[in-house]
Amino acid sequence: MSVLLSFAGTYNYAIYIILMMIGFYGVIAKKNLIKQALGLGLFSTGLFLFYISMGVFDGGTAPVWRAVHEGGHALKDAGPYDNPLTHVLILTAIVVSVSTLAVALAIIVNIQRAYGTIEEDEIRAIEAGLHPEEEVA
Amino acid sequence: MSFIDYNLPVLIVIVPLLGGLLSVLWGTLFGPRRDLSWGWAMLVAAAELALVLKMVGTVVDSATGSVVYNMGSWPGPWGIEYRVDYLNAFVLLVVAGIGAATILFARHSVHDEIPHDRSHVFYGVWLLCLTGLVGITITGDTFNVYVLLEITSLTSYALIAMGKDRDRRALLAALRYLILGSIGASFILLGIGYLLMLTGTLNMEDMHNTLIAIPDLATNRTVLVAFAFLLVGLSLKSALFPLHMWLPGAYTYAPSAISAFLASTATKVGIYMAFRFMYTIFGRHYSIEVLPGHLVLLACAAAAIIVPNLSAIRQTEVKRLLAFSSAGQIGYMVMGFALANEDGMTGSIVHLFNHAAMKGGMFLAIGAVIYRVGSAHITDLNGLGKRMPWTMGAFSIGGLGLAGFPLTAGFISKWYLIKGCLTAGYWYLAVLVLFASLLAVIYVWKMLERIWFTEPDESTAHIKEAPPTMLIATWGLILTSLYFGVHAEFTVGMAQKAAAFLLEVTP
Repeated sequence: MSVLLSFAGTYNYAIYIILMMIGFYGVIAKKNLIKQALGLGLFSTGLFLFYISMGVFDGGTAPVWRAVHEGGHALKDAGPYDNPLTHVLILTAIVVSVSTLAVALAIIVNIQRAYGTIEEDEIRAIEAGLHPEEEVA
Repeated sequence: MSFIDYNLPVLIVIVPLLGGLLSVLWGTLFGPRRDLSWGWAMLVAAAELALVLKMVGTVVDSATGSVVYNMGSWPGPWGIEYRVDYLNAFVLLVVAGIGAATILFARHSVHDEIPHDRSHVFYGVWLLCLTGLVGITITGDTFNVYVLLEITSLTSYALIAMGKDRDRRALLAALRYLILGSIGASFILLGIGYLLMLTGTLNMEDMHNTLIAIPDLATNRTVLVAFAFLLVGLSLKSALFPLHMWLPGAYTYAPSAISAFLASTATKVGIYMAFRFMYTIFGRHYSIEVLPGHLVLLACAAAAIIVPNLSAIRQTEVKRLLAFSSAGQIGYMVMGFALANEDGMTGSIVHLFNHAAMKGGMFLAIGAVIYRVGSAHITDLNGLGKRMPWTMGAFSIGGLGLAGFPLTAGFISKWYLIKGCLTAGYWYLAVLVLFASLLAVIYVWKMLERIWFTEPDESTAHIKEAPPTMLIATWGLILTSLYFGVHAEFTVGMAQKAAAFLLEVTP
C-alpha cells in the first residue's frame, strides 16, 4: 500500500523515466535515421517533464499576485506558488531540443541526397562496398 | 577602471557572439565575399585572444587569484556570475589561442573545401562555436554551462557536416556525434536538475556550499544519481574511453581547419567541465573520499591510453590516426585529475595546454597536406619531407612531442603525470603511461619513416610548400609547444596554482 501511495505522489517521475527510455530505445534500436531523431526528441521530452515536475508545490498556482478581500481591504497575496525557475529553464531546454532536431533533420536531408536512402544498414553497405578497408564513421 | 577592464569577462563571450552573427548577417545582406568573411573572423579571433590575454593578466595580478563578474550587477546566487580563476584563465588561453591560429590557417583551406557561397555562414558558425567554448569555461552558473555546451555542440555538428563536399561520410559522422552528444548533454542536464532539486540553486559556489552542508551527504541517493549522470555525460562529451566512438569519424571527415580546432579545444573544455563538477561543485571530499569516483575514472583512463593508441597504430588515414591518438591523450588528462594530488592535476592541466598546441599543429600540418596533395592517406606522406619540408618539419616535431621526447612539451606533462602516479602509490599506472608512450612512438615513427626516409614519387613533383598563412599558423602552435617544453615555468606555474586552488578551496 505504501508503495502504491508513494508511487501516486511521484508518478510524474516514473513517466519521465519511461518516456526517456522509449526515446533511448528508438535511438539505439531503430535503423531508420528519422526514427532515431524522433527517439532523441522523445528523450528530451522526458527531460522537460522531469524539470517541470520538480517545480511543483502542493496547492501551488502561477506566481502572480492575487487580490484577497479581507474586512473591506484589498490585500495582495501570492499564496503558495510553483517554482517558476524550473519552467524558465525548461523553456530554454525546449529551444535547444528543437534546434537539435532541426540540425539532425537537416543532416538527414543531406544524407538522403548523398546516398539516396536514410536506412543505416543500406548506407553502411554502400560505404563498405566503396571503402572495404576502412571502418564507416 | 576603464569600461573594457571592468567588463572584461563578459566581453570575452560577447565579442565572438556578435562577430559570428554579424558575419552571417553581412554575407546574407550583401552577398558572400570569402576574403571579407575570413578577414572579419580573423579580426574577431585576434580581438578575442587579446581580451583573453588581458584577462589572464588580471587573474595573475589579482590578490585572491579569482575575478568575479556579476551579470547585470545582480550578485550571485541570484544573478548569473562569471568567475575566472587560474584554471579557467588557462583553458581560456588554450581556446582563444587555438581559435586564432586555426582561423589564420583556414583562409586557403576553406577556399579549397567549403563552397564559395557558404563561407560567411561557415565562419559565422565557427565564431559561435568559439563563443560556446569560452562561455562554458568562464561561467560560474551550471545552467549556463548546459546552454553554452549546446551552442558549442550544435555548431560543431554543423561544422563537421560541412566537410560533406570533400567526403560525404562527414554527414554520417556528424549525425553520430549529434546523437551521442545530445544524449551526453541530456545526462548533464539531468545531473544539474537533481542538484537543483536538492540545493535550490544553480550557482556553482552556492551549490557547493549547500551540498557540503547536507548532513547525510555520504548516503544521499539524489547526490549519487546526480554524480552518476554528470560523470557519464561529461565522459561522453570529453570522449573518454569507452565513450569515444564518435570522435574518430567526426575529426576525420570535418574540414581540415575544423578538425584542428575541435581536436584541440572541444574535448579539452569537456575535461575542464569535469574538473569543475568534481572539484568545485561536489568537492574533493565527496568525489574522491566518499565515492570512489576516481577509481572508475582511473580505470577508464588506463584503458583510454592503451586501446585507442593501439587502434591508432592500425590506421592508414592520417587524420583518423591523429583522432585515435587524441582519444588516447584524453586518457592522460583524465588520469591526472583522477589522481587528486597536486602533481597529477598539474600534469593534467599542463597537458591540456601542451596537447592542444601539439595536436593542433599536427592537424594543421595535415590540413596543409590535404590542401596541396588532395588527400591524407598514409601513402601520400611518402617522401613528402622533400616536397614540403617546413610543413613536415612542424608535423614531425609535433609527433615527437606526442611521444613525449625530452625538450618537447609532451615530456613536461608526462613527467608530472608519472610523478603524480608515484605519489599516489600507483606505480603500475606510471608503467602504463610509459608503455603508452611507446605505442605513440610506434605510430609516430610509422609516419616519420615515410616522410623522411622514403624517396618521393615522380608523380608528386608538382607539390609545393604550403602557403605562408598556413605555415605561420602551424609553426606558431608548434613553436609554442617547443617553447613551453623548455621554459615550462609559465604553464606549469599556472597549472600548479590551479591545482592548488582546486584542492584547497574544497576541503
